[in-house]
Amino acid sequence: MPEATPRPGTVPGTVPGTVPRARPVDLDEPVRRFAELLGPGSVITDPVRLRTYECDGLTHHRVTPGVVVLPESAEQVAAVVRICNEYGLPFVARGAGTGLSGGALPRSDGVLVVTSKMRRILSIDLPNRRATVEPGVTNLAITEAVRDRGRYYAPDPSSQQVCTIGGNVAENSGGAHCLKYGFTVNHVIGLEIVTPDGDLVELSEADPGYDLLGAFVGSEGTLGIATKVVVRLSRLPETVTTLLAAFTDIEGGGRAVSAIIGGGIVPAAIEMMDALAVEAAEAAVACAYPEGAGAVLIVELDGPAEEVAHQFAEVVRICRDSGAFELRVADDPAERAAIWRGRKSAFAAVGRISPAYIVQDGVVPRTALPGVLAGIDALSAEYGIRVANVFHAGDGNLHPLVLFDDAEPGAAERAEAVSGRILDLCIEHGGSITGEHGVGVDKSRYMTRMFSGDDLDTMQLVRCAFDPRGLSNPGKIFPTPRLCGEVPGVRKGAHSLVESGRAEQF
Amino acid sequence: MGSPRETPEALKAPEALEALRGTGVTIRNAGPDDAVGGVPPRWVALPESTAEVAALMRVSAAHDLAVVCAGEGTRLDRGAPPERCDLLLDTCCLLLGDGSGVEHSFGDLVARTGAGMPLDALAAVLARAGQELALDGVRRDGVVGGTVGGTLATGDAGPRRFRHGTPRDLLIGVTVVLADGTVAVSGGNVVKNVAGYDLGKLFTGSYGTLGVITEAVFRLHPLSADRRWAGVSPPAAALPALVAELASSQAEPSAIELDWPDPAGGAPTVCVLLEGVAAGARAEALRASMDAYGTAWVSSDAPAWWGESPGEEVLAEVRVPPAAAYPALHAVAARGLPVSVRGSVASAVLRLALPPGTGEAEFTGFVTGVREDLASLGGGLTVLAAPPELAREVDRWGPSGALGLMRRVKERFDPGRRMSPGRFVGGI
Repeated sequence: MPEATPRPGTVPGTVPGTVPRARPVDLDEPVRRFAELLGPGSVITDPVRLRTYECDGLTHHRVTPGVVVLPESAEQVAAVVRICNEYGLPFVARGAGTGLSGGALPRSDGVLVVTSKMRRILSIDLPNRRATVEPGVTNLAITEAVRDRGRYYAPDPSSQQVCTIGGNVAENSGGAHCLKYGFTVNHVIGLEIVTPDGDLVELSEADPGYDLLGAFVGSEGTLGIATKVVVRLSRLPETVTTLLAAFTDIEGGGRAVSAIIGGGIVPAAIEMMDALAVEAAEAAVACAYPEGAGAVLIVELDGPAEEVAHQFAEVVRICRDSGAFELRVADDPAERAAIWRGRKSAFAAVGRISPAYIVQDGVVPRTALPGVLAGIDALSAEYGIRVANVFHAGDGNLHPLVLFDDAEPGAAERAEAVSGRILDLCIEHGGSITGEHGVGVDKSRYMTRMFSGDDLDTMQLVRCAFDPRGLSNPGKIFPTPRLCGEVPGVRKGAHSLVESGRAEQF
Repeated sequence: MGSPRETPEALKAPEALEALRGTGVTIRNAGPDDAVGGVPPRWVALPESTAEVAALMRVSAAHDLAVVCAGEGTRLDRGAPPERCDLLLDTCCLLLGDGSGVEHSFGDLVARTGAGMPLDALAAVLARAGQELALDGVRRDGVVGGTVGGTLATGDAGPRRFRHGTPRDLLIGVTVVLADGTVAVSGGNVVKNVAGYDLGKLFTGSYGTLGVITEAVFRLHPLSADRRWAGVSPPAAALPALVAELASSQAEPSAIELDWPDPAGGAPTVCVLLEGVAAGARAEALRASMDAYGTAWVSSDAPAWWGESPGEEVLAEVRVPPAAAYPALHAVAARGLPVSVRGSVASAVLRLALPPGTGEAEFTGFVTGVREDLASLGGGLTVLAAPPELAREVDRWGPSGALGLMRRVKERFDPGRRMSPGRFVGGI
């Protein structure tokens, strides 16, 4: 929708759910500076084009960014951030925009730094088992670049074909195989970042000192922008075997999961889908999962051939003992893809059985799964809202899909209530409000249910160390921003912009 | 360069001691054995809970006391001597309430422990349910030492870092007490969790300079059904090829270790650990390929040197990219000092022991020279242990790319510079 006032930075948000700007900001001068720096083609101020960036994968939070910039190098990102500092402008980094917590939600009074022009794989260093890439490189592109040499990049979020490594670093992305192999933070061994002050700094696993690398990964863009990522490359396993087991009910699947873990087996992945999720997947991709399954369990084993063979026999026995009525085994990539197709399509597939849905992300101790699933059933009945369950069963990471008809008055509110109460269930059972999607803007209000004020203030000490002015992705993670104040003895006089009245002192 | 004191120490001490005793925590006067890096504390406190640590830290803040933490003291020689040390906080008694000191949720492969928990005692509890914390403690003469808190504070890892990573990779939740007595929790009881900043990462390896770690939650692994070690002594020049082959082996070794008492002339020994199902068959498969480098052996017992430090008094650690391990050792040997090397060669984290009698000038020249050589290989050297008189002229930690940010983190967490002041990188 064209705006009455096309001047950048003064475009009023008109989309429902838009967060109104606190105060009008004059972006003319910074926009001119960005254009000088990056070239006019890399600065977007056209209101229609700005709309492209108004949300990430969480589409019910929308804000039209003040201006979008498309830098091509770390130096350009640093220069953009320095300009933001001069004018006191908040900035938000964005990769592919696939995040599911509104972590890349722009600021109408600020700058959206999009990394889509930073897509180079800078080096592949097999002897040192690492690759250095720019933040806009997709997760899967790293694996594709090295797979023919027997290597891969282990974290594999479902969106890996499109999501960027920069976004993975911000969110500490996991994926189906993180049960055995860990998360982004376990596979990133170095970063070059632009600090919120605009300095280029290297964070390396090899350097002595605080593990700022570990603190930065998963900080959701609030500690700066990653401009180079050094990832560890893993060797492809000798053997991969994937097994699908169908159970008449979810309890049977749950028993199998408990027995597998209790038997000392750490599968590469254990995924479970309930009947409703299976129905949706069937409607969407015709995955031909066993008919009449109340729950489908996918177990993937990988590693040395002897080990996998032994564990496979154990898993088959456990599944049968737990009441599986059908087992299917995949030993080659095509068969494996067939088994995974239903699971990987699950989120999108529920669109086939419901006009609208909310994807929730919560974690419970794995042993609490039966109780939590019963609780979700009770909520579903209480609110008259269907919930399809898809979960990484091995680590207790639930992805309930809360289904509703957005044409039905009040349904969205009921679905939102169910979704929120599922998180309460997770917290009551000693779990977490997010296992892999992040807090973003979506869940910041739940942080106080999981953490005390002191916990959150302590986390924000890190924020204040990196970003005392609160310019880097403000408004994310923390329900209440902390006023950083000054550290005694380190202040070197007031910033020139404060003195000239162009910026506020935080 | 500690903070200026408002009153002379002699006048202040009785008040501070009275306030410390007022917390109800056991306080004793320090003796010569309590010295940290040659700096004697005035008092030793033995808190038994997070709340007691918080009470001690509030008193310490009010009386400007510098605080250093110690577990069993197995790694207390790490880092520079503290600039000052008023209170030694002995974490021995920071154990969880019940008898075992461990809350073991074995169905979830998770355990919560107090910082004072000895690693060997923790291992014994977890083994009862067939599980383990996949960290190798400090081994001396085959005996595992060290506490949970000390392991986290130093970030120390042993041979199995190759497979399982370091303490930061296994820690899923942490409780800390800050310099002002604030108690903060981050992470939680579940393996998968991205809610909020991961303070556990920040505190792991922070050497007590940000606060006191009082409780930790770890992810566990199933205890291996079987273990085998396979080793060979290759010609030195064949070391890179052997290590590269082992590191990419489909037998999936958990550890690839080097023992090289004399890199200037002697023979290196490379030994791998295989854990889990079919460890025996996998070890035999590896033996076949290792035989190309010498006469390989397989054993169900670790070699005596496995996981042990190559020395105690003068100890350094070299870190380089994996493929630079051999050139790095070549550079070390070329410095002409009698060095003994041991460590995780496939990860290229190697420890160097120098003889206790090494002179100050020689030592300083060695550290400076090796750092120059390693910088060109993309790595560095830290001095883990050295008597204060030997290390007067060297920066024990060496350069770090993000020192400016690290100082800012320290200023936010401990603006009064009271937590292990001066012990860490860049004088933090």
